[in-house]
Amino acid sequence: MFEQTQAFEARRPLTLPARVLRSLHLDAPLLLALLAVCAIGLGVLYSAVGQNASLVVSQSLRLGVALAALLVVAQIPPAALRNWAPWVFLAGIGLLLATLFFGEVGKGARRWLDLGIVRFQPSEVLKLAVPLMVAWYLHERALPPAFHHVLVILLAALAPAVLIAAQPDLGTAVLVASSGIFALLLAGLRLRYLFAAGVLALAALPVLWHFMLDYQRRRVLTFMNPESDPLGAGYNIIQSKIAIGSGGVFGKGWLNGTQAHLEFLPERATDFIFAVIGEEFGLLGLLALLALYLFIVGRGLYIAANAQDTFSRLLAGSLSLTFFVYVFVNAGMVSGLLPVVGVPLPLVSFGGTSMVTLMAGFGILMSIHTRRKLLAA
Amino acid sequence: MAPRIRFKDPWQEQRLFFGRLIAAAVVILLLTGLLVARLVQLQVVNHPHFADLSQDNRIRIEPVPPTRGLIYDRHGQILAENLPAYQLELIPEQVEDMPATLAALAELGLIPPGDIDRILALARRQRRFEPVTLNFRMDDEQVATFAVRRQHFPGVDIRARLRRHYPFGAATAHTVGYVGGLSARDLERLDRANYAGTSQVGKTGVEFAYEHLLHGQVGYRQVVVNARGRVLERLETPAERPAAPDGRRTSRRPVPGQDVVLGLDIHLQLAALEALGARRGAVVVLDTRDGDVLAMASTPGFDPNLFSTGISQADYQALLRDPDNPLFDRALRGIYPPGSTIKPQMALALLHHRVVGPGERLFCPGHFRLPGSSHRFRDWRREGHGHVDLIEAMAQSCDVYFYAHGSTLGIDRMHEFLTAVGLGERTGIDIQGERPGLVPSREWKRGAFRQREDQAWFPGETVIAAIGQGYMNATMLQLAHSTAVLAQRGVRTQPRLAIASSDPLNGELIELPSVERSRVILEDERQWDLIRDSMIAVTRGARGTARLQMRGTSYLVAGKTGTAQVFSVGQDEEYDADAIDERLRDHALFVAFAPAEAPEISIAVIVENGGSGSSVAAPVARAVMDRYFATRER
Repeated sequence: MFEQTQAFEARRPLTLPARVLRSLHLDAPLLLALLAVCAIGLGVLYSAVGQNASLVVSQSLRLGVALAALLVVAQIPPAALRNWAPWVFLAGIGLLLATLFFGEVGKGARRWLDLGIVRFQPSEVLKLAVPLMVAWYLHERALPPAFHHVLVILLAALAPAVLIAAQPDLGTAVLVASSGIFALLLAGLRLRYLFAAGVLALAALPVLWHFMLDYQRRRVLTFMNPESDPLGAGYNIIQSKIAIGSGGVFGKGWLNGTQAHLEFLPERATDFIFAVIGEEFGLLGLLALLALYLFIVGRGLYIAANAQDTFSRLLAGSLSLTFFVYVFVNAGMVSGLLPVVGVPLPLVSFGGTSMVTLMAGFGILMSIHTRRKLLAA
Repeated sequence: MAPRIRFKDPWQEQRLFFGRLIAAAVVILLLTGLLVARLVQLQVVNHPHFADLSQDNRIRIEPVPPTRGLIYDRHGQILAENLPAYQLELIPEQVEDMPATLAALAELGLIPPGDIDRILALARRQRRFEPVTLNFRMDDEQVATFAVRRQHFPGVDIRARLRRHYPFGAATAHTVGYVGGLSARDLERLDRANYAGTSQVGKTGVEFAYEHLLHGQVGYRQVVVNARGRVLERLETPAERPAAPDGRRTSRRPVPGQDVVLGLDIHLQLAALEALGARRGAVVVLDTRDGDVLAMASTPGFDPNLFSTGISQADYQALLRDPDNPLFDRALRGIYPPGSTIKPQMALALLHHRVVGPGERLFCPGHFRLPGSSHRFRDWRREGHGHVDLIEAMAQSCDVYFYAHGSTLGIDRMHEFLTAVGLGERTGIDIQGERPGLVPSREWKRGAFRQREDQAWFPGETVIAAIGQGYMNATMLQLAHSTAVLAQRGVRTQPRLAIASSDPLNGELIELPSVERSRVILEDERQWDLIRDSMIAVTRGARGTARLQMRGTSYLVAGKTGTAQVFSVGQDEEYDADAIDERLRDHALFVAFAPAEAPEISIAVIVENGGSGSSVAAPVARAVMDRYFATRER
């Protein structure tokens, strides 16, 4: 088997960098791909913020913090993560409730919690806590899960998502809910449940519409027909499509995107940075970036496939798939395939909170992969 | 059926997991394929279309600010105009290090150092390619200083613009007001789109109150910008052009602000200021027929041009620290005890409520005592006025007459009547900041004090209210207004500064309507005549308090003097002007309307801590009225 080949390799004398990576529990292919995406991100950011070097420096500092988080998390063995999982989840729920009642309001949403020393978004914690919780719950149980277990898991995944959607932060709510549901799907959820869930979801759409806030409804409506409101809510989508489309195959070149530099494109350093890449580096640039992302997701799935217990498998699989959702939702909304839900482009968009969680998630993947025991068979 | 027992089967579970993983990988590839197809559609198939749109985006719409309307006095004298001036402007997106650039400019003396924070705050609020004005008026030396160093300051440039100028300076500072730099706070209250490109906004007085007329409508023109947002070419002059086929207008001429004509007579205003001289005080002259403010002066004043050109922090601090408070509009916002100047209104209340008959006499021994009390309310004249009827009581300003009858009238009827003739509430003048003054009542006192024992109304308080002392206070605008109500036999016309504005379409003047607010109807109309006669007795009577100051006027004046106490003199002490601090001396007041037989104007004068109303305030009023009657249109 594949593990055995690796085991043979492991007996050979290792080069110095390989030994360092091994002792730090890091996975070289994954780490290199992540660093490559981050480097591209910083380069594009420099262009998107109008060549303001100080913003790029501050983003690099955040990147440093995120990498430190990766390094720390990679040192925690999966068994320890499993023992902490329910407590992390409960703490996350507690923080969410605290945010709902005491959180700080910014841009019409209550997302931030001020703990005196640091200000952070508790919803970020749930991006890890929910898959941890679901994987922990399914670890001891016979798979595919029985119906009542499915209900418990749905509750664990959807309750925090509802709390986050209430902040309101639809993008993060989608990511948190899908991380739990992915774990459930990977565990082998029976297809008839899946089918029933699909029917239920369709039936629930009108109800959801009823509970949506005005700006969320407007986003959905503008998604259907952006030209209906060219100066208001549709402006972002129209301008980002112009940016991507005008980039063509080869792009206008780095620092030469007129859409971004003439400030036609709003949110160009954050949620809409994908459009800046499309404008300046063209189709080829976007395909290269997507290829890197796919490599990261693929490496994550490979780690999941090689994981040795249910908890590790489900956790690694769920984190990898959620990462793909991140990329797909952002690229989809910027290119007009999906409504605008406010999901940043992972590792590239300006901003620090989501990057730390993402890197911590990759730390978990590395911890899982570097602690496999060699199998006899 | 027996319950099915399930066991954990690792091999079975792993196979299941692999199956799902492969399914997931397939879905991922499908979705990625969808995304790539979308990108190909945008970037290859529709590329020419989007490339055109992006090219169009290089043409930016630039706001063209309207010219601010002018402000004239009633005879067409310009009170606020626009003069060309060199301004220093900065475009935030072209400046790498804003704080360093501003500090360097401040060091060269091109911007006041105290303005840096304000400029930074404003730059953060605006769009990064819109200019921020750093210095509203550069003198020749500053222009030269910058011109030789221009290459060191990318993104900063000199631009010729119009700036506001007030030819009469301090004379109109409080009424016309001034404009100042548009602040982040202003933008919160104004229509952002209409103020794109506007750098100054009305801050006080008429400039603030009539901002909506003076400002005008912003225009647009198209400009071609390069990749850094710098304007390369203006495509056309802002002219009305037919709408483009897609319905968007490509350019629009700005609509200039409307001119505003004030009822103010600048020469009367200057005469009032001259009469007040270096003393602290205020004069308000109203046209009793339509409420026009003919003069509204407050001394000391300040130069409003300092504000319209961006006042330096040092100058502003100096104005704030001046003990005479030149920024304070004494005519509109200064509240003073009105003293005897409200005796005409009080006398009318006594007649109306039949507390006293027209010829009824009262003996004034020089003091008044409430029944069952030993406290003596003193008359201003120690030896008393002897037997006085209403006309004599007014002419000599006998306090005892009003003490006695006022306490019979009672505070609530007093409050009701004085409020009806325009005291104790805002007159409704068309500029902001007016103070309401106060005519006390039992109800007012219950709400005004926290302690229960302070809330009760005492009879002694009614006694002093009857001569305009105690809690009672009023602004000069109110006194002039209330005096006008007497002149017009009960008609309350709202005072107004603006009397006309220019039509935005053809520039013709449109008169603004004069507003009659309410009308006081007396059962016996002859009471108005009696009050007028009693006020004539003040200026013409053998013992009238203003007979010396009003001697020889070509017009007949109905007036009333007032000397308002600032400092309480003890029961047995003598008021000695020389012994007490200048700031605690009595205020000198005078109110009047003229000509008494067919009133045209009413006037209220205060000289702060000036002493006696007859000798100090009445001559000021005389000078102003002489000026009015020397030049009025016949």
